Amino acid sequence: MLDNLKILYHQGKQYIPDLTKAEVPGIFRGRPVISASEVDEAKLVELCPTGAIQANPVSIDLGKCTFCGECAFAFPGKIQFTKDYKLSVNSRTDLVIIEGSDKPLELRPELIRKEIKSFFGGSLKLRQVSAGGDNSCELELNACGNVNFDMGRYGIEFVASPRHADGIVITGPIPANMAEPLQICFDATPDPKLIILVGTDAISGGIFEGSPALDRSFLDKYKVDLYVPGNPVHPLTFINGVLSLIR
Amino acid sequence: MKAVSIHNNQSIPVKSIPDLSYTEFLEANTSLVINDRENHCVNYFGFPFEDGIRLVCCIANDHDHLIHISSTLLNIDREYPSFSSLHLSFEKFEREIHENFGIKYLDHPWLKPVRFPFNQYDTANTIANYPFFQVSGEEIHEVGVGPIHAGVIEPGHFRFSCNGEQILHMEIQLGYQHRGIEYLLLEKKKLLQRTTIAESIAGDTVAGHTTAFINLFESLSGFKATEDLRFSRMLALELERIAMHTADLSALCTDIAYQLGSAVYGRLRTPIINFLQVWCGNRLAKGLLRPGMTHFPFTQALAEKLNAVLDSFEPDFIEMSKKLFSLPSALSRFEKTGVVSEEQLLEMGCVGMAARMYGVSRDVRFSHPHDLYSDIQHELIIKHHGDVYSRAQIRKQEIIQSIAFIREMLKSIPEPKEAGEDLQPMGKNMLALSLVEGWRGEICHCAITDSSGELEVYKVKDPSFHNWLALAMSVRNNEISDFPICNKSFNLSYCGHDL
Ligand code: SF4
Repeated sequence: MLDNLKILYHQGKQYIPDLTKAEVPGIFRGRPVISASEVDEAKLVELCPTGAIQANPVSIDLGKCTFCGECAFAFPGKIQFTKDYKLSVNSRTDLVIIEGSDKPLELRPELIRKEIKSFFGGSLKLRQVSAGGDNSCELELNACGNVNFDMGRYGIEFVASPRHADGIVITGPIPANMAEPLQICFDATPDPKLIILVGTDAISGGIFEGSPALDRSFLDKYKVDLYVPGNPVHPLTFINGVLSLIR
Repeated sequence: MKAVSIHNNQSIPVKSIPDLSYTEFLEANTSLVINDRENHCVNYFGFPFEDGIRLVCCIANDHDHLIHISSTLLNIDREYPSFSSLHLSFEKFEREIHENFGIKYLDHPWLKPVRFPFNQYDTANTIANYPFFQVSGEEIHEVGVGPIHAGVIEPGHFRFSCNGEQILHMEIQLGYQHRGIEYLLLEKKKLLQRTTIAESIAGDTVAGHTTAFINLFESLSGFKATEDLRFSRMLALELERIAMHTADLSALCTDIAYQLGSAVYGRLRTPIINFLQVWCGNRLAKGLLRPGMTHFPFTQALAEKLNAVLDSFEPDFIEMSKKLFSLPSALSRFEKTGVVSEEQLLEMGCVGMAARMYGVSRDVRFSHPHDLYSDIQHELIIKHHGDVYSRAQIRKQEIIQSIAFIREMLKSIPEPKEAGEDLQPMGKNMLALSLVEGWRGEICHCAITDSSGELEVYKVKDPSFHNWLALAMSVRNNEISDFPICNKSFNLSYCGHDL
């Protein structure tokens, strides 16, 4: 008993008191800011591994970006990644950051179904489906519930069965071999239900885009409620994104 | 000559690989493995060549730092005797060759599909209509688990045949995670694309797979990595090991409903991955390792930070581990649960922790040292019971050992070199092989270039490729309620297997 207390005491205070204002340690590649300075745009577009960069005006699509940071290393005067981890949006086009824009990313209120806030504002149970996820986003989603981030404090939790869930959280580019299980899981979730795409691979296929092993047709059928970019997503990105959707 | 012998990360001309008749090829490779337990197969694969399928087999010796490579050419229309009927460790490699190219075997024990790849030979095979092995009997019932699991983890299907609570047999069917990695590594030609793919083979083993890719690529381009680059790779590998082993101990505690251990190990992982973020801007080290260069030189200031992280991690980790490993309720769940015998794991060709849990000294860091591992004094951590307890103990001890390695490394940090010459193109008609000891065990990447110096074949082998079968063996005759801790004690990769 005493050594249990000692262990507890030695951990000190681990939880992050305010998840909406916490700062991430060290360097972080969050929301990019693109300056107006002149660069060789063709070269910039060419270097990106996933075709996330477009020229004239220069833009970065965070739904495709793997946050490798290479564009910012090659053109530091043009592109900079800020430490802003609030990257979630509910309109796919809002993930495209255009030259000269330095605004926080926000959800469009008119696109949030009206029942969402009243139904899920105090409690949200989610079923996670890894569909070709490489276990990096999965690790970070697990971390959302650990003693540091403790998203359970907002009533947000992952549950074991789609029957108990209010929505599904998809990670990974959706391989053909996972298309049917994903559909079955979604169908088993009672209405009203959310679809949340977590990580670049889920949003656009990421580096796997164009692979003949994928079947992303599920996403053509339904409206996505939240896009959470990252490679993997940071727990703070996920938690803040979900909070802005349900509160 | 029956094989050409190379060292880890060596490139050789494809034409120096002996081309044997199938009979000689079979005899040479199986006898290496049968006659010497230090030998095991690190890769065995096929690719289309002229009118047939060329097979390349790579057998590594745990002792003499050598990898023996030989090849043969098969005719699609013939049937061949299998390696697997002589030594089981080849069974999955042959299943893969069969699945990809339709090679027929006379006496393979079970040509069960490996991963239902998009480009498989028999396109009528689908993961949805796979007929599971069935045990029949009045008392027998089946339990199907997956592909989607209860936790936030990757998909795979487990089918249990049980007698009451007791598991008679568990069949594992994977493939749900197949994204076409090996195909994409050939198709996407930019180096940054390929490095990004390597980082995504298994997102819990970013340092492991990326190091294997980079070392292989540098070998093919004739680039000699400077000491600071090799230092970064080794440091990233050891930090990844500490982080993932700690996460696994947390998961084991969760599965025996030991809240304190689950919470404490869970939070202890945080400062380690946060350090990776301080170093490279990503908690799982994506973006850190690059061929021929680094954007994130390791500095004295980082060393001080890391030393401070380890100084506060270690006492808390040791205190928690003392408690866990003396707790009767934990030990009664861990001990003698999920046992795999030494004989079985040698037969299956297990690697990494799954080999070291029962007397097999197999660890690439010391048998085929890469990066700066040859500079480090080391004693392998070997256990002798093959149970959940052994696998948990290995993790605990390897964490403490990795901390000691890192402290040693931090005493002399190599000067960061200015970016040197640009990487040269890959050599023409070459084969290279790279072994890396990831936290799960041996990772093997192997590549062949064509006459224009482009990648013709790229083969990835995650340690899980061998070790999934060990999980299936470990649960036999255990209660089904012990499956979760058996599973966590191996914690194998789905995406690393399915590619
Ligand atoms: S950080 Fe994003 S936009 Fe920039 S090169 Fe990498 S993937 Fe492309």
